Amino acid sequence: MRLSKRAKVLLRLAVALALAFIYIPLLVIGVQAFNSSKILKWPPPGFTLEWFSKAFESESAREALLTSLEAGLVATTIAIVLGSLIALALGRRRFFGREAISFLVVIPIALPGIVTGVALSNTFTQVLGISLSLMTVIIGHATFCIVVVYNNVVARLRRTSGSLEEASSDLGADTWQTFRLVTFPSLRTAVAAGALLAFALSFDEIIVTTFTIGAGEETLPIWIFRNLFRPNQLPIVDAVAVILILISIIPVYIAHRLSSDEGGVGGRGGAGGGGPSAAPSAIAEAEATAAH
Amino acid sequence: MGRRLAGLFYHRPKLQLGALLAAPMAWLVLLYLGALAILLITAFWTVNPLSGTVIKEFSLENFEELVNVPVYREIVWRTVRTAVLVTLTDAIIAFPIAFYMAKVAGRRGKAILVIAVLMPLWSSYLVKVLAWREIIAEHGIINWGLGPLGLHGPGEGLVAVWLVFTYLWLPYMVLPIFAGLERIPNSLISASEDLGASPFTTFRRVILPLVFPAVVAGSIFTFSLTLGDYIAPKLVSNEQFIGTSIFASITNNQPFAAAFALVPIVIVIAYLGVARRLGAFEHV
Repeated sequence: MRLSKRAKVLLRLAVALALAFIYIPLLVIGVQAFNSSKILKWPPPGFTLEWFSKAFESESAREALLTSLEAGLVATTIAIVLGSLIALALGRRRFFGREAISFLVVIPIALPGIVTGVALSNTFTQVLGISLSLMTVIIGHATFCIVVVYNNVVARLRRTSGSLEEASSDLGADTWQTFRLVTFPSLRTAVAAGALLAFALSFDEIIVTTFTIGAGEETLPIWIFRNLFRPNQLPIVDAVAVILILISIIPVYIAHRLSSDEGGVGGRGGAGGGGPSAAPSAIAEAEATAAH
Repeated sequence: MGRRLAGLFYHRPKLQLGALLAAPMAWLVLLYLGALAILLITAFWTVNPLSGTVIKEFSLENFEELVNVPVYREIVWRTVRTAVLVTLTDAIIAFPIAFYMAKVAGRRGKAILVIAVLMPLWSSYLVKVLAWREIIAEHGIINWGLGPLGLHGPGEGLVAVWLVFTYLWLPYMVLPIFAGLERIPNSLISASEDLGASPFTTFRRVILPLVFPAVVAGSIFTFSLTLGDYIAPKLVSNEQFIGTSIFASITNNQPFAAAFALVPIVIVIAYLGVARRLGAFEHV
């Protein structure tokens, strides 16, 4: 678009301000983690690495991390199985009730997390008489993770045609062989991308978690939440926060690799591998993370 | 065994469908829809104020309380107001950056900006709220910056909640608007320019009408995420929102929490209805 010089300058300024708004808070917390004083003060009076070593030594933080990993892995596994099954069923078929099912999959993520949380906790404790535990957390997480895997896999199925499967069965392969040798290889990266998102979603979830977690258990977000209110622990929480920000680069990198490895198939995004095609996949991610 | 099983499914689409959908439907229908249905039923139960036990009999008491007690009306209104304000602020911040990404930046710049906007989506939600808590703190960076000017930052409260929500959901607004702008062919913009329209006219008459559904699509996220959140308000204010009230009543009065949880559902459904009419679902 042809823009006047002044318009371009103004636009650049707006972009710079938006980026500053996005990144300054992350920088602030990065600086606070090295604050030598226990008391929150800007600018920090001195520099220390003490909080990082304390964070690594913290028994409760380590346990919470393990709990989060366990919940994330199990919930993701359930979501991979159920999400892929729904995608395979809906991907290339037309049948009565198809729209209803695709809507049903989205509900857990479309409704505010607190609704899912209250509904599940209510059902578990009031009706089924199950006491809350890590298991109930996993059930909650898996429920809203299904849609993420489903979205990725169904998008892939829509982009690839069914002719390869037809060729495979024409050549004498049975249903299972076709799935194992033809369908699954073409879905692998989509499943991986969905699984990555599902895991990230579960790892970061706090709202459904607070409603479904047992008394003695703690995931990492719950650990952070509880320790925020303890003044002594705050610097350690800051250090954990910085570690989490750094760790979050890993999934961005993997997601990037997954979509660029695809080349012509277009990853999770539209056609073509490059930058612009990242947009649809970005939206899928946005939708996915929307469960909070 | 595997072959025999495969043979069973050969050319039997209904059987295939049933086998594929049995487990996921059991999970989503029995567990999730079941839980929502029970939520709906529980909303009509009450709690014995003396013993604290749940009375499983039909009653409209919870809903009467929600409608008649001014505090609850005020809480719902405050939450919706905040959600609208957050949505508008996000749209205003998101539009220039999305526009720059889609129509001005080069290929490389675009790729970098997409990642720059996406990155915070992956970093922990709580970490972001914590960052703001420290920014607005009494001895935080805002007061440090404003101090020499003789000013004082907003501190904890409604303004902080507005800032934090705007921050948290900004990427959800940028990405749909960016995708919407990407879909507008450049030739359309050139045609408008060639026909003598000023950039402002092109923007108002060509770009804005075409991208509006995408803005609405983004607003679904910013609006409904704000509506149900209770962690952020709890961490940066003492104000009551729908989420905080539900959380506060869940331990002592589960039926009332269930009834209150229906409020955001109704509001979100109404909002989705409006969004659909504005065309938000047409391309997304």
